[in-house]
Amino acid sequence: MLAQIGDEAKLLAGGQSLIPLMKLHFANPGHLVDLNFIPEISYIKEEDGALGFGALARHAEIENSATAAKLPIIHDCAAGIADVQVRNRGTIGGSIAEADPSGDWATVLLTQAAEVRCLSPKGERAVSLNQFITDAYTTVLAHDELVSEITVKIPPKGTGAAYLAFKRAAPVYPTASAAVSVAMEGDVCKEADIALGCVGLIAIKATAAEAALRGQRLTDKSIAAAAEAARAAADPQSDMRGSAGYKRALVVALVKRVIEIAARRARGEQVEVSHIYA
Amino acid sequence: MPENIEKISVKLNVNGKTYVRNLEPRLLLVEFLREELDLTGTHVGCDTTYCGACTVLMNGAAVKSCTVFAVQADGAEILTVEGLEKDGQLHPIQKAFGDSYGLQCGYCTPGLLISTYELLSHNKQPSDKQIRKAIAGNTCRCTGYQNIFKAIQLAAQNRTRT
Repeated sequence: MLAQIGDEAKLLAGGQSLIPLMKLHFANPGHLVDLNFIPEISYIKEEDGALGFGALARHAEIENSATAAKLPIIHDCAAGIADVQVRNRGTIGGSIAEADPSGDWATVLLTQAAEVRCLSPKGERAVSLNQFITDAYTTVLAHDELVSEITVKIPPKGTGAAYLAFKRAAPVYPTASAAVSVAMEGDVCKEADIALGCVGLIAIKATAAEAALRGQRLTDKSIAAAAEAARAAADPQSDMRGSAGYKRALVVALVKRVIEIAARRARGEQVEVSHIYA
Repeated sequence: MPENIEKISVKLNVNGKTYVRNLEPRLLLVEFLREELDLTGTHVGCDTTYCGACTVLMNGAAVKSCTVFAVQADGAEILTVEGLEKDGQLHPIQKAFGDSYGLQCGYCTPGLLISTYELLSHNKQPSDKQIRKAIAGNTCRCTGYQNIFKAIQLAAQNRTRT
C-alpha cells in the first residue's frame, strides 16, 4: 500500500506525536495509513533471551506488562511518558520511527542491545538502534518500509539499568533525560552504557562518560567524572524548556543519580524510578 | 488541501447508542462528538494534546479526543461525560466532585471526570500518588487541584462503601 501511494504517505501508529505535528503544519502527509486496525502487532513477548515488542505495543501496555518489567529501565520509560491518555495511545514503534529528538525510547534503547526489525515488500531486516535513527525525525526506513518489532536482549545478572527524565509538567517532552546501564563485579564497573536525551538532534551516546566508569570502582569521584564527561557530550539548545547551560547542569545531576540507581539495581535492589515533574 | 475528500463509513457506539456516519478522515474525534453528535460536554481546551479537557473513554481507555481521528474510532465504544449520568441521577464521581467543590469554572471537569472514571475502574482504592499520576494529563487552572484530589478520594470511598 505504501509502495502504491508513494512518498506522500505516512504511517499512523498511536498518533500522539504525528497528529500534533500535523496540526502545526510541521507534517503535511498527503495520505495517512492507519496501522491501528492490524491485529496482533501490539504484543510483548519474551523469546530467546530477549524481549520483543510489537510495533504497536502502547506505552501503557508496556507499563503494565509483567514481561516488560523484567527490564526495569523499560518500565521507567513506559510509565513516565507524558500522561495516562497519551500512554494509552502512543506506541514504542511509532516513537522510534518518528525519531523526535525529545522522545524517550531512543535514549533508553541506546543503552541496551536493541534492534529494530523493519519490514517491506522486499523482506525483513534488523537494524541496531544506533544505526536506525540518523538525524532529527530521520531514520533509515525506506518509504515502503515499516517498523514491525523492537527487540531488547535481557542482559546477564549483575547488570543494572535505569532511566530518568526531568520535565516541567506531565504532558510535555522532557527538558533533559539520561539512561545508564552498568555491568558490575563487586564495586567495580566492568561495562557502562550512557545515553542522553533531549540535548541534541538525536539521543547522544556519551562514550567519554562510559570510559570514565569502565574498569573503575563506583565512587563519588568516578561518578562525578562521568557526569562531567556527559556534560561535555551534551549539545543542547536554549529554548522554552531552558537555557543550554541549565540543560547541561541538569544532565550532570541526572547522570549522577541514574548511575547510582543502575548500580543499586545491578546489586539486585528494587528501586522505583519515574520521570520527575513538578 | 484537496477539495473533495472521500468520506469513510464509520460505525461506533457513543454512550450506549450506535451511530453510523460518513466522515472525512481528517475529522478529529472531539469535533465529531461536539459538532456531529452535539455532545458538547467534551471540551476543547488547548488542541495540542496538553490539557486533557477533551478526554473521553475509548474502549475503556482514557484518550485525548483531539489527538484521535474520528475514523479511528470505527467499531469502538466511546464514553463521554454525558454518558455518566443515569436516569437523571449524577454518577457518584460527579457527585463527589460537587460535594468536594472539586471544580470552579468547570471547563476541565468533563476530562477530569473521565480520567477519574478510568482510574477507579481498575483501582478501587488509589493512593494519593496514584491519583496524582492518573490526572497528570488534566490541567485545571482554577482549583489548585487540592479539592480535585479530595473529590477523587471521596469518590473512591463512596464506591468501596456501596
